[in-house]
Amino acid sequence: MDLKEKLVSSFLALENKVDIDSYVHDVRTDAIKIFEDQGFPSKKEEAWKYTSLNSILKEDYSVFPKQENALEFKDIKKYFIHDIDTYKIVFIDGKYASHLSQTTHDGIDVCLMSAALSKPKYQLVIKNYFNKAAEKDSLTSLNTAFSCEGAYIHIPKNKIVEKPIQILHFSTGNESATMLQPRNLVVVGENAHVQIIERHQSLTENPVLTNSVTEIFASKRAIVDFYKIQNDNENATLIDHTFVKQSRESFASVHTFSFGGKLIRNNLNFYQEGERIDSTLKGITIIGNKQHVDHNTLVHHIEPNCESHQDYKGIFDGKSTGVFNGKVLVNKEAQKTNAFQANNNILISDKASINTKPQLEIFADDVKCSHGCTIGQLDESAMFYMQARGIPEKEAKALLMFAFSNNVLSSVKIPELKQRITKIIASKLGVNIGFDL
Amino acid sequence: MSKYTEDDLREELKTKEYEYGFYTDIESDTFPNGLNEDIVRAISKKKEEPEWMTEWRLEAFKAWKEMIEPEWANVHYKKPDFQGISYYSAPNSKPKYDSLDEVDPELLATFAKLGISIDEQKKLANVAMDVVVDSVSVATTFKKTLGEKGIIFMSISEAIKEHPELVKKYLGTVVPQKDNFYAALNSAVFSDGSFCYIPKGVRCPMELSTYFRINQAGTGQFERTLVIADEGSYVSYLEGCTAPSRDENQLHAAVVELIALDDAEIKYSTVQNWFPGNAEGKGGVYNFVTKRGLCEKNAKISWTQVETGSAVTWKYPSCILKGDNSVGEFYSIAVTNNYQQADTGTKMVHLGKNTKSTIISKGISAGKSQNSYRGLVQINSRAENARNFSQCDSLLMGNECGAHTFPYIEAKNKTAKIEHEATTSKIGEDQIFYCNQRGIDTEKAIALIVNGFSKEVLNKLPMEFAVEAQKLLEISLEGSVG
Repeated sequence: MDLKEKLVSSFLALENKVDIDSYVHDVRTDAIKIFEDQGFPSKKEEAWKYTSLNSILKEDYSVFPKQENALEFKDIKKYFIHDIDTYKIVFIDGKYASHLSQTTHDGIDVCLMSAALSKPKYQLVIKNYFNKAAEKDSLTSLNTAFSCEGAYIHIPKNKIVEKPIQILHFSTGNESATMLQPRNLVVVGENAHVQIIERHQSLTENPVLTNSVTEIFASKRAIVDFYKIQNDNENATLIDHTFVKQSRESFASVHTFSFGGKLIRNNLNFYQEGERIDSTLKGITIIGNKQHVDHNTLVHHIEPNCESHQDYKGIFDGKSTGVFNGKVLVNKEAQKTNAFQANNNILISDKASINTKPQLEIFADDVKCSHGCTIGQLDESAMFYMQARGIPEKEAKALLMFAFSNNVLSSVKIPELKQRITKIIASKLGVNIGFDL
Repeated sequence: MSKYTEDDLREELKTKEYEYGFYTDIESDTFPNGLNEDIVRAISKKKEEPEWMTEWRLEAFKAWKEMIEPEWANVHYKKPDFQGISYYSAPNSKPKYDSLDEVDPELLATFAKLGISIDEQKKLANVAMDVVVDSVSVATTFKKTLGEKGIIFMSISEAIKEHPELVKKYLGTVVPQKDNFYAALNSAVFSDGSFCYIPKGVRCPMELSTYFRINQAGTGQFERTLVIADEGSYVSYLEGCTAPSRDENQLHAAVVELIALDDAEIKYSTVQNWFPGNAEGKGGVYNFVTKRGLCEKNAKISWTQVETGSAVTWKYPSCILKGDNSVGEFYSIAVTNNYQQADTGTKMVHLGKNTKSTIISKGISAGKSQNSYRGLVQINSRAENARNFSQCDSLLMGNECGAHTFPYIEAKNKTAKIEHEATTSKIGEDQIFYCNQRGIDTEKAIALIVNGFSKEVLNKLPMEFAVEAQKLLEISLEGSVG
């Protein structure tokens, strides 16, 4: 039985367990139909031209993994940003791990999707926001059909969340292959601020396929910063879909740090539904071996006077492949749009490759849109300069690469997170750089 | 005088009819509509082609029947009915002329209306012309001068008869019969076109030029051009098009193949001004062209195009940089107005070491038109030290048009250096204000700005052509460009 059939029949099993009278039930049923019709995307589709899922879909994934609670905080401490106080929502094999988490209902809701979907007091929010930003493509629909767990974050009006929220998904590999489908919903009210850090981590070598969907709604003048750390082992596959809907004068940023994993696909869509919105999409990719990272972004400028900034840096070693497919869409009403997009790449090895396609689709005349894309090498004269002054080749290279990715790092607003990422980059490059950026 | 605004300009653009819309009545013998094996054979027979050529056409036709029309381009149009087109038409009186006096005077008048006096060009511009009216070469000049140098410049049907060994060796090597839907169609039914061979080490002393013109109602024009520059030679080739006003859509599916052998250089310039349809988007030419060049060692191919016409354009002049140290260039201005749609760009395929490519593309959209740049830069794993620079700029006039960029960049070698940048903007109010302040009216100011915007590409055109190209830009954006 192939994975698609297995998923469709598992859906029937899931249906038996959940409340079929709810609003979400209809959403789920519609979603599974879309998935059934379209199936998994193939390379024939333009959006998947450079990324093949074939080898990944061959595994016999367990769709509802067994519960596993034996993990202790000390075992997984290193995956947390643990030197500052944070809210934590931790999932192990898709199930909520209360002993590792720290949630709250005090003024804000930082809790679970399963609670939000089932308890009546959340019904209104779910009806207004659940599946309202998500695209109706096949993989997102697959997640929608199976959505029962994930993070639910609701920040009411004028509330500034003092500490960051960490969302961590662990998989223990107690099944030979696991498929996880977390579903997150983040609703940020007027003038509210929130910072969220998300990480997926596999703890064993058993294959994991994560098909994650996150919907983020930023109301008027809200500020949302979302950071994704993707530094998984080489048997973990992540397909992430993040949809951000912004109202007027809001500010939203998503930083994606892709340092590891077998295959990572990031679909990141921004919809600007108001005036004077600012959207920021940034990413650093440093991979090697046979890893594959695919960034697929869309910024849809719907209303006038908005801005968007995209900056993606990639360093590719080994036989790794990188894809960047960025699209800026400017509606004809969206006059005075400023949209910038940059994608810079460095290929370190002979076997690495990069495919990039920065697209602009513009229907308004009074706009400033630009995109730039480069593929190149480290500057030889800069290397020579440093080596002549006694800096070993490896360190010199690392310094240049830090400088190369610094644009993206500099806009990270949590100092501890910035430090952590610097450390990860240093270890990726195999150097002790001896300072913090 | 009241202030001349962009709105006025748009109004003018909307109402501007195609200036070159006239129809010359020359008796033509035309085939019945439709396409089947017999028609392909008949075209071949009519052209007195040898057996191998007929077979070659039939092979292409067989492949074409299996193919489906491509739909990936960012253009929307009513699909042409391939059985509703006549695949051959030739002006009836077609003796071979030695001098211009023998040419049908009505035909000469046509060119006069276009402002292209062959006579004048012959004297002043030193241009040899292979004039093609409805698919058959009518006048070829300067043949003697070229002959002395050993340069072969003739219609492709003549070349098939006189130089079969060259045609057989190179035809279809760059654009195979099965390359794509329109290339296959062209391979099966091409009626005529130009053939050019520059022998080893020869520098062609003049610009070779062909004027194409669709003239017979309901006739698709399927031109086939083959340019071969042998080792160490140089040629500059010009191609220009104007077509009369017609209500039904006309199909133009040409194939151009360039072969630059070691150390050779080919410069291929196009000014395209097919009928773009009227202000309501009715009529107009469908321009589905496959153009590709192959560069051997140290060779260089440079494409320059000014695209102002056609209702739908689908055109990607490409370079295969096969030899080490070869160079590919692409300079393009695409202007769309009213309901025109253009999906154009280039492909640079880097195979050899130290290969270089440059892409400069300028898109200007006005009215309700859609203008897309679609390009591919591919660096293969063995292409050490490949270098590419791409720049795509779009200028939008009015908010009912669109500008799109679809660049594909694929790098498989770590030594590759690729830069790509694109911008989209409109004519700045302050730029116009600056000009107005200095006594330049808005109309002139817009002209100035558009000219400046396209200068980089216009500069690449040969002198004689640059003037005409500027003229066409003016007509396309009439009322503003002076």
